[in-house]
Amino acid sequence: MTAHSIAHGVFTIERTYPGVTPQRVFDAFATESGKAAWFSGPDGKWQLLERVFDFRVGGRERQKGRWVSGGVTLFDALYFDIVPGARIVYAYDMWHEDRKLSVSLATLEFEAVAGGTRFKLCEQGAFLDGYDDAGSREHGTNELMDRMEASLQA
Amino acid sequence: MTPSLDLAFQALADPTRRAMVERLSLGPASVSELAQPFAMSLPAVVQHLAMLEASGLVTSQKVGRVRTCRMEPAVMSLAEQWINQRRTAWEARLDRLGEHLRLYPDGEPQ
Repeated sequence: MTAHSIAHGVFTIERTYPGVTPQRVFDAFATESGKAAWFSGPDGKWQLLERVFDFRVGGRERQKGRWVSGGVTLFDALYFDIVPGARIVYAYDMWHEDRKLSVSLATLEFEAVAGGTRFKLCEQGAFLDGYDDAGSREHGTNELMDRMEASLQA
Repeated sequence: MTPSLDLAFQALADPTRRAMVERLSLGPASVSELAQPFAMSLPAVVQHLAMLEASGLVTSQKVGRVRTCRMEPAVMSLAEQWINQRRTAWEARLDRLGEHLRLYPDGEPQ
C-alpha cells in the first residue's frame, strides 16, 4: 500500500428504544446536555479538553479529549440537514493527535414504531493514510476496548 | 494489487458472488467447480469471478487447462477492520444512549 491511501466503508446500525418517542431520542442528539450523557468517552478513562456544540444546519460540533491509555482525539463535525424529531445528517473528520484518520458522512433517522422508536444510523467513511500503521491501529483498538469495557459496566 | 474496500463491498453486494466466496472459504476450487451449483452460463460465472478478482478478494491461477481460484483473506480482514472499528464505537455509544433514555424517558434531567 502506498503512503497515501483511502479505504472506503459503509455500515448501518438499527436500534429500537422502547418507551420513548422519536422526539425524545432526537433530543439526545440535539441538546448539549442530552448528548453529553452518552456521546463522550467513558468516565475515568477519558478527559474532555474542548467542546463546541452548535446544533443547526451549517453549525459545528467539536469534541476533543485525552485518553488515559494515551493520545488526544478530535471529532469535528458539520451539520448538513436537520428535520426535528426525524433526521440528522452530518459529516465529520476524526483526528488522532495531528493526524486525520477518517472523513465520514453520517445519517441518523428516528421513526415511531409500536411502543417506542426505531433509530437507524448509516455511516459512510473514507479511512485515510496509515491504515497499515500498526501503531495507530493498535491505539484505536485500545480505545475501543476501553469503550467496550465501559459499556459492559454500564 | 492494492486492496480496495470499495471494490470488496461491491463484489460482496451480489448473492452469487457471496456464495462463491463462501465456497472458496472452504478451500480452492476450479472455475467449473465454482460454476456447478449455479443455473447460469459459464461466461456469466467468469464475469462474477472477474469482479471478485478485481476486488482482490479472490485470486486465480491457470495450470494447464484448469483455472483454480482461491480466497485472499487479507482483503477481507481490511474491510472487516474498518467496519468493526466504527461499528464497535457506535454500538458502545448507543448502549449508553439506551441506558440514558431508560433513566430519563420524558426528557433531559434538569
